[in-house]
Parts: sequence; C-alpha cells; structure tokens
Amino acid sequence: MNTPVRKARAVPDGRRRFLKGCLGTVGAAVAAATASDRAAARETYQRPADALGLLYDATLCIGCKACVAACKRANDNPPEFSTTDKLWDTPLDTSGYTFNIIKMYRSGTMATKDDEENGYAFMKTSCMHCADPSCVSACPVTAMTKDATTGIVAYDPEACVGCRYCVVACPFGIPKYQYDSPTGQIGKCELCRHRYKDGHYSACAEVCPTGATLYGRTSDLLVEAKRRLALKPGSVTTYPRGNLSGGPDQSYEGKVGNYKQHVYGETEYGGTQVLKLSAVDFEKVGMPYLPPKSSASTSETIQHTLYGGLLMPFAVLGALTYVAKRNVHHEDDEAPPAEPPGREES
Amino acid sequence: MSAQQHARPAPVGGSMFTATTLVCGILMAITATIIVVRLFFGLSSTTNVNDGYSWGIWVVVDVFIGSALACGGFCMALLVYVFNKGKYHPLVRPALLGSLFGYTFAGAAITFDLGRWWNFWHIFWPGYFNVNSVMFEVAACITLYIIVMWIEFSPVFLEKLGLRDARRKLEKSLFFFIALGCVLPMMHQASLGTMLVVMGDQVHPLWQTPIQPLIYLLSAIMLGYGVILFESCVAASAYRRQIELSLLNPMAKVMLGIIALFLVVRFTDVAVRGALPEAFRASHIALTFWVENLCLVATFLLIGTVEARRNPARLFLAGITVMLSGILLRLNGFLIAFDTGPGWSYFPSVPELLVTIGIFAAEVFGYIYITRRFPVLPREETHAQPAHS
Ligand code: SF4
Ligand code: SF4
Ligand code: SF4
Repeated sequence: MNTPVRKARAVPDGRRRFLKGCLGTVGAAVAAATASDRAAARETYQRPADALGLLYDATLCIGCKACVAACKRANDNPPEFSTTDKLWDTPLDTSGYTFNIIKMYRSGTMATKDDEENGYAFMKTSCMHCADPSCVSACPVTAMTKDATTGIVAYDPEACVGCRYCVVACPFGIPKYQYDSPTGQIGKCELCRHRYKDGHYSACAEVCPTGATLYGRTSDLLVEAKRRLALKPGSVTTYPRGNLSGGPDQSYEGKVGNYKQHVYGETEYGGTQVLKLSAVDFEKVGMPYLPPKSSASTSETIQHTLYGGLLMPFAVLGALTYVAKRNVHHEDDEAPPAEPPGREES
Repeated sequence: MSAQQHARPAPVGGSMFTATTLVCGILMAITATIIVVRLFFGLSSTTNVNDGYSWGIWVVVDVFIGSALACGGFCMALLVYVFNKGKYHPLVRPALLGSLFGYTFAGAAITFDLGRWWNFWHIFWPGYFNVNSVMFEVAACITLYIIVMWIEFSPVFLEKLGLRDARRKLEKSLFFFIALGCVLPMMHQASLGTMLVVMGDQVHPLWQTPIQPLIYLLSAIMLGYGVILFESCVAASAYRRQIELSLLNPMAKVMLGIIALFLVVRFTDVAVRGALPEAFRASHIALTFWVENLCLVATFLLIGTVEARRNPARLFLAGITVMLSGILLRLNGFLIAFDTGPGWSYFPSVPELLVTIGIFAAEVFGYIYITRRFPVLPREETHAQPAHS
C-alpha cells in the first residue's frame, strides 16, 4: 500500500503552499506571543519587608580578617593554603570552601587608608543576598532559593545537579564549586541561617571588632548607612557593632570616613540585602556597576513571553502538525510518484 | 529511474573495520578512560574549568556547539514536510541521522560535566524543576527531542528488521513526531542564546542582547543547512558516491536567505543598542566579532550565483564558513567575550580536548555503522548493487 504523496503539482501551487506554511506558522507564533506577552513582563523583585542582611563599612574595616576565620568555623570549612609553609588558612579568593574573604585595594605608595591615590582599602566579598538573585533564576532544579520572609538566598546540595549555571550567572562571582571532589557541592554564604536556632546570627558580624560588618534587618541597615553618608567627614559619631536590629548595645565612638555618596546594594539589580559603604570608588574595589533592572527579570520576561503557559510552542506545534500531516507521505517499497521534471529551483 | 525520482535509501554495506573506524575506536577508548578518572577524582582532575570559567568546552563545545551543528535534521524536515519541498526527501534520513548522533552524544557528554550527576532526574521532577530557569527549558527540551528523534528514525530500524506492520502503524502518527521534532529544537536552540541574558554585563555588549533567542535560532537554522552541505560532500567523497547537486544547489540558496536575514538582525541589534563602536576597537574581541560575521559574508562570495552553487568544492567551503561562524558565535558569547572579573583565565586541558574529540569520534563511528548497515543514504543509481568499496 502506498499512500500517495500530497505534492505540489505545479509551481504556482507549490509556492502558494510554501507561503501558506510560512504565514500559518509565523501567524500562530505571533498571536500566541502577543497573548502571553501581557502576562509575561516580569518586574525586578524588591527586598522583602523583613529582609535580613549585613552592612559592610569599608572605612571601619581594619583588615584583621577575624570574619574570615569566623566564617570558616561557622561553616565547618577546611583551611586553604596559598603559602608554601601551609601554617595558616590563607585563601586568595572565595571558593567552594571559603565563603567570605577580605580583599585589599592598593594604589601607589599605599600611604593612607581609604585613599584612592597612593592609598589602600579593604572590601568584603561574600554573597550579597540579592533582592532578585541571578543564581535563583538560573538554577534549573530550585537548589538555590530565596526565603520569602528573610530573603536569605540558600543552597540545597541535595537538590543540586552541579550544572554550575549559578556560578556563571552571579554578577558577583559568589557561588563557587568544589572541583577537586567527585561529589563536589556549591559553596556560598547563606547568612549563617543555620546558626539562628541557637540564638546566633552572622558569625562575621558577631566577631567584627569595629562594627565594619554589621548584621540586621536590611531596612534598618539602610537607614544606618544613609545616616553615615549624611555626616561630615572627620566628625565623630557612634558606631553600633554586632546586631543592629536587636541584642546588647556594643556601640563605640569613632571618626566619620570620607564616604563615596552611594550605598552599594540600595538599587543594584533591584537591591541587595548586604549593603556596602566605601571611600574608594566601588568599581575599583571590585563591586561592578549594575543597573536597577535585574538581569534575572530580563531573562524571565523572555522565557515567559516565549514559553508562558506553553502557549506559543503549542500554537507552532499545532500549525506544524497540520501542515506536516498533509505533507508527510507514507513510504513503502514502491517508488513514490516522480516529481514533474524540470523543477530545479535555484 | 530518472534522476528526478526519489532514490530509495539503502545500506551502503562494506566492512566496519577500516582505518577510520579504528582511529574512532581508539579515541573513544581514551575518552572512556578520562571520564572514569573524572568520575572518581572530580572535575579538576581532568579539566581546567574554574570558578571564573565554570563552563569549559565540555559544555560550550560538546553541548552548545555540538547540538547546533546537529540541526541538519530538523532543518531538512522543515523544508520537506512543512514547506512541502518533497524533492529534498533523500537528504532527510542522512541529516536526521547526523542530528540523532549529535544530540544523543551531546546529552551523554553533559552528564560527565554535571558536578552532581546522580541528581540529574531532578530536572524532570515536579517540585524540583524551576520553570523560570533557562537551563531547565534547554535541558528538558533537549531530552525530549532526543527521544522524539529516535522515534522519527525508528522506521529505518523497523525496515531493516522487516517489521512492516509495526512500521506502518508508527508512520500513521509520524507526522506528529515530525512536527514536534521541528518545534523542540527551535525552542531550545533559541533558549541556548537566552542562557546568556542572565549573565548580564559579564558578557561583552556585542553578544549581550535580549533578542538573543532570535539570533541563536536563525544561527541554528543556517548551521543546519551548512552542516548538510558539509556532510553531503564528505559522505560523497568517503563512500565514493555522487554529490546530490540538484538538491544541494537550491538548498544552499535557502541557506543564503537565512544568512542574509541573520546578518540584518545581528547588525541592526548591535547598532540599535549602541554597541557598534565596540566592534571598531583594536581588541581581540572586535577581531573575533568580525571573523564571526565575515565568515557569513564569505559564504555569499563563495556560492552567491547559481553557477557557483554547481561547484561541489564551493558548496563544501561554504558549509565550512557557515559552521565556523556558528561555532564562533557560541564560543564568543560563552567563553571568549565572557569576563567574570580580573584574575581568571581558561584554556582546555589535554584530557578535556581528548574527550571532546572522542565524542566527535563516537558520532562519526555511529554514522558509519548505521549508514553501512541500515537504509539511510539514497541508493546509488550508477551501481546495480550497494557499493562494497
Ligand atoms: S550575590 Fe550571587 S550568589 Fe548571592 S544572591 Fe546574589 S546572585 Fe545569588
Ligand atoms: S550548580 Fe546546583 S545550585 Fe547551581 S545552578 Fe546548578 S543545580 Fe543550581
Ligand atoms: S554571614 Fe556567615 S557565611 Fe556569610 S560571610 Fe558571614 S560568617 Fe560567612
């Protein structure tokens, strides 16, 4: 048995069908796209009202790295060595085993702290707990999640497939993978959420001697950051330490730094829950410029426009199934009908 | 039979023990060894991937480029079944076979790169998968497509096994799988471009755009046709068969149309976003941008006229320039023009390269095996019997 081929018999007919095929498919796609478009546009997320975070004030940081050691301990991470004698934990960057590090900015003679020229400065590197995190949007298996109340961006190794899209996606280069292990995990700061049940909070903030790393509700931290920016450089003010949103008063008096008038993290990619103040230009200390619109929202808008409710794929599939059903011929052992001769189009 | 008729597919026949299959076998054995080492000692034991460039060639080349080069199958299906260009029918099976292997091995390759591969099923499990993730769309779609392709191709096996009833039953619903086999690759090839979007400014402005899905889709389609040009010429010379010029010529013209559209979209986008000045800086980034796009312009110079398209050497070269451009588009976006910050660099290690080569060898081996044993390539008209050379 041979089901005859539905074939274009003459050139004009063939052309017409070709065009119909094109138009039908494109039409279905466009109709579906506009239908899903309205629902699809995804705004950049903002921080939850009770978001928790840190305020890192680089002008207060003395580079003692107590927070680096405390973070290691709090997360049960092994030491990492960059010197030959291997006496101390000396990581050069965050890694699958180091979630927090203090980096140094150096310029010229490095004479004065917090000077862009011939000075030096410190900068903390750890997860920013973004309001609209790229890592959460990227993760195919929901191993990266953002808590609806605290806003903490957590990682679940039991869910993770190790694709490392989060590593590639994060604008701060925060999630890191353990490449040396056959069962490697992603390592990143989870704001010490595992310590809350014992009445503890972020270990880095707990140990910070100067309050350079301060823990609290991000809304409180933002008010505190703006208070500092409004002060006159060189004047004296009170600096809280430890936990801004509760706990004993550990504040002390200190000199106001020569701040750049910018709270890093207030609006970047919709805002982050870890905020930063610095006297040196943020890009120079490794904090990239980020627009208020998050890349996650752009990416998800595209995805939802194209695939929202699978509207467009089904529309195109329907159109293609229709034309394919008409054009597929069943082959059998007999030779199918010949094409009319002389139809080579070129 | 006149040349205008469909030549029925037939096995090429001949021995499986040739120099080519031997080399492929050795390369496959080396690859298997390296993969075992990787599974026991972690990714850093065999690869140079790091936290700055966490995706090396096992992802970018084996999967992103490998799958794009395997788009011949759906491109031919589009022409034949959707746009009813039945005359291209003899090209469908070989193209589908190339895609089948390209995708199947790309799918296999990604599992060795996954750091926690035993959790792979999470991607398909409600409660785990994340519909907002571009990676989820790509992974789910590619997996589904691989299954659909095996179904699409299964008449070939049923034919060989003589299961004509089963085959006839399957063919009744084949039109649906053919349609699905066109929609799925269009979806994930587009999404492979969207994967760059969430990376934000880490990707150079010449490659970072919200219309990424359109660019990658057009690129995948032109790659599909480019690869068929290339494969047809290689298969013809390897098996000492005639080149299907009467088919390749008009198909190449379709390809040129897509390339023209691609170039218009690509340059309009770059210009509208104000990124064009970036292309005129004295940097390796600008250079690789121009190589990527001038390759496409070269295609027009090579096969712009009907006359030129009758020349097999030119068709072959055009296939190569198109492939080069598509390869570069992906290498540029994900590796060359990707910058996570100072201090990071990446170049694949030797074992890493060997695995990529070994996977390619496996594809070649599979292609040879199936075409020699199963009815895929059109029966050679000049011989009464299948060639035994
Ligand atoms: S800083 Fe990176 S890892 Fe942390 S929440 Fe933001 S995107 Fe995720
Ligand atoms: S590596 Fe794990 S956490 Fe990161 S994106 Fe992949 S599955 Fe998610
Ligand atoms: S909050 Fe905890 S995990 Fe995060 S940097 Fe501080 S000590 Fe490390």
